[in-house]
Amino acid sequence: MHRFANPLRYQRLADAVFPWALGLAVLLGAIGLYLALVVAPPDYQQGQAYRIMFVHVPAAWMALMVYGMMAVASVAAIVWRHPLAEIAARAAAPIGAAFTAIALFTGSVWGKPMWGTFWVWDARLTSVLILFFLYLGYIALHDAFDDPARGARAAAILCLVGSVNLPIIKFSVEWWNTLHQPASIMRADGPTIDGSMLTPLFLLAIAFLCYFVAVHILRTRAQLAERKIRNLRLSADAA
Amino acid sequence: MRLRKQQRLMLVVVALLLLGGATALVMAALSDSVAFFVSPSDIANGKVEAGKRFRLGGLVVPGTVQKGGDGGQVTFALSDQVSQVPVSYRGILPDLFREGQGIVAQGSLGPDGQFQATEVLAKHDENYMPPEVADALKKAGVWHEGEGHGPGPAGATAENEKGPQP
Repeated sequence: MHRFANPLRYQRLADAVFPWALGLAVLLGAIGLYLALVVAPPDYQQGQAYRIMFVHVPAAWMALMVYGMMAVASVAAIVWRHPLAEIAARAAAPIGAAFTAIALFTGSVWGKPMWGTFWVWDARLTSVLILFFLYLGYIALHDAFDDPARGARAAAILCLVGSVNLPIIKFSVEWWNTLHQPASIMRADGPTIDGSMLTPLFLLAIAFLCYFVAVHILRTRAQLAERKIRNLRLSADAA
Repeated sequence: MRLRKQQRLMLVVVALLLLGGATALVMAALSDSVAFFVSPSDIANGKVEAGKRFRLGGLVVPGTVQKGGDGGQVTFALSDQVSQVPVSYRGILPDLFREGQGIVAQGSLGPDGQFQATEVLAKHDENYMPPEVADALKKAGVWHEGEGHGPGPAGATAENEKGPQP
């Protein structure tokens, strides 16, 4: 990881990865959506409405994963002061917030016909809403200081504090009675989803991941360029 | 320089451990109030006061669903395999409501021991499968509807009912 803390080396790696990530996201997304919406059979109980999970579940996974990645980057930023780690965490935040918003919205659309309500304050739904606010808070705190270095520092600490929410989200459906159903896939006795539905779900999850990698590279590049411009301006002012 | 990095790493690790420990304690203390619903056994054990509003969760006992003639009055029993509570409700039931299904009802306990529900939500289980697979499993007798999380009603005569079609 330390190797890629060098922005130049990162740029070279990112340039090589970017077309692959974008291509895979489009390709797997198309195949996954076709399998999910056309090929996969209806559910025995929920009929066609269960297909919302093909977007809901990958989005929710990514919401957790992106925050986890930001937490790791924040540790690197605080402990080793890698400049790229801060940038990587800041670049990931809006994407993670978008994934969380998608998960909340699709869940609510599914909840109305299935549960009979758009929203309940059970442990899973509430902890994911807190995750969404953590993302927004991270973005706001990062940009709230005149000195960008101080903003990055404060946001990194907020990100680490918020990371205690990740295991709470994951295990909320097991620790407490919730309206949200327990885990179907990451469970000790294997998935409880039929294979014909599991394949498109995994394809779409990989597509979401590749999409994240591609967009994250774009955003990181933009922030590196922004930093370069700021430094040039500062040195031009000084001269 | 190396020393300062190690110090910062230790600081982060210790801070996270303390934070995690504090959160775990808070969660353990909150465990009762974070629960979204109580079970029929909790009522039998006297954990709930009469007249107080709360949510009751359990499986709809097969054969107990009775729809009254006067517009939308429904009575049924909720069970968690240990205890059973009669419920009465007036209103629209969610699509997933059926015998053997997990349900969360909001309301209060009447003086006669009947739960007066003002809202009924269906709790979906974690099983996803095509209708044919569900039929095959039921025929083979290895699985009954409503038997997802925890013990389901033994010998539930689950109907072969498809979900809502758009």
